[in-house]
Amino acid sequence: MTDRQIMTGDEIRRAIVRISHEIVEKQAGTQGLVLIGIQRRGVPLAKRIADAIEEHEGTRVPVGALDITFYRDDLSLVAQQPIVKGTDLPFDMNAATVVLVDDVLFTGRTIRCAMDALIDFGRPRAIRLAVLIDRGHRELPIRADHVGKNVPTSREEIVRVHVAEIDGSDEVSIGRLLRVPEAGGAAG
Amino acid sequence: MATAASTPAATSSVAWRHRHLIDVDVVTWPEIELIMRTTDEMKGVLARPIRRVPALNGRRVMTLFYEASTRTRVSFETAARNLSADVVSIATATSSVTKGESLVDTVRTLEALGAEILVMRHAVSGAPYLAAEVFGGHVLNGGDGWHAHPTQALLDLYTMREHLPGGNLRGRKVAIVGDVLHSRVARSNIWTLTAAGADLWLCGPATLLRGMDRWATAWGSGAIPGHGRFNVTTDIEAALRDADVVMGLRIQRERMQGGLLPSLREYAARFQLNAERVSLARPEAIVMHPGPMNEGVEIAPDVAASGRSVITDQVANGVAVRMALLYLLAGAHEAASGEIAR
Repeated sequence: MTDRQIMTGDEIRRAIVRISHEIVEKQAGTQGLVLIGIQRRGVPLAKRIADAIEEHEGTRVPVGALDITFYRDDLSLVAQQPIVKGTDLPFDMNAATVVLVDDVLFTGRTIRCAMDALIDFGRPRAIRLAVLIDRGHRELPIRADHVGKNVPTSREEIVRVHVAEIDGSDEVSIGRLLRVPEAGGAAG
Repeated sequence: MATAASTPAATSSVAWRHRHLIDVDVVTWPEIELIMRTTDEMKGVLARPIRRVPALNGRRVMTLFYEASTRTRVSFETAARNLSADVVSIATATSSVTKGESLVDTVRTLEALGAEILVMRHAVSGAPYLAAEVFGGHVLNGGDGWHAHPTQALLDLYTMREHLPGGNLRGRKVAIVGDVLHSRVARSNIWTLTAAGADLWLCGPATLLRGMDRWATAWGSGAIPGHGRFNVTTDIEAALRDADVVMGLRIQRERMQGGLLPSLREYAARFQLNAERVSLARPEAIVMHPGPMNEGVEIAPDVAASGRSVITDQVANGVAVRMALLYLLAGAHEAASGEIAR
């Protein structure tokens, strides 16, 4: 399998800065804004967006982590239960504008799970979606509000997002799926 | 073996491979850590405003209890409902069923009715192995005879880890006092606690410790790699001195044949966990009991209700542990066919 790089660390950084500006612009400030990263790689990305917002707005937006494992619609299809990685939402979500953050938007099923999960925690005023990569092939009527990079892909390809916090370096690459996808790395 | 407190990356990729859970004897330490971590997440679910997730949506869980139970049965049913499973409870008359065709027929019938996970309790040791042979889904043992009560041992372990500094049982003294002979709770706890590296002490009248000496010796000579030796004693003070965990076991009058105990009064006088005896344990020691308690027999009411008692924590953690196990078992449907009975 030969992977082709489609985003460098610098490009990821610029995309995150741009997304952070877009989020604040859309909300007209940071009032009532919370960021929630979807486990696993959405969590460090959400923290980085919050860092960028803090840098240019001077306020710290709360950041949470959401594990959607228990909400997946394919649990009866997978051979083994996925390992749960933890949910931490240390704020009141009622009346907040929640920006969900994930690494890759693919079928949209992860986002549907995330919205189901969020609604069990409270009643946000609005839920928005920010992703680093939108690779197409949606199976549900879901779209992202903020996208780092649109990447046309075929279904047989696999998009790997590497973040320094988990993988040691920042990079996005695209490769061909040979047989089974790795447990992490490729998000739906 | 990994220590209890740490969750290194190597063990975080452990997958659940058991189709059934009948005893903890076949569960490896990394798998126990997976159960503990999954239980952490389930406790998180229980702390949410809506204590329900759709993980087992549409899956059918049936509870088949041939023996009386309140907490175990309600705990399993609550756990299954919290995962959005459909739950059917079968109340069975106790006496006439023994290992044999009627249990097999019942299990086959429940399978035909759509049961995917069967939670069962039976008075005969080993009955769940028989059920697992004929059942196409998953069998989860809710207690069989004197043999095993795996979910109780796991919730006990979880509760101990919650209360011990660093969540580590290695070298911690755990004293289990009471009717060890008839106790499936003690037998399952021996597996998990010796695997966790605890300094385990079993204590009671000699008649209620029968057979334990040989087990302890076998462990000591390395019968099961990684499992530490445990101690068996009739000396209550030796068992309790400097203990980190004190666990009382119910005197099981319904299983008691004549001659094992002179009287409950004499038992209480010599072995009851009362305030004076428990004061031999460490000041920060916790007191546990799997319930139901005979207060005034194996445990004094003031000890059961004291600040050291974590008995209600055990009950609450039981729901989370059972959620974790139902979740893990439900995902094991592709497990190797060579593992039918285990």
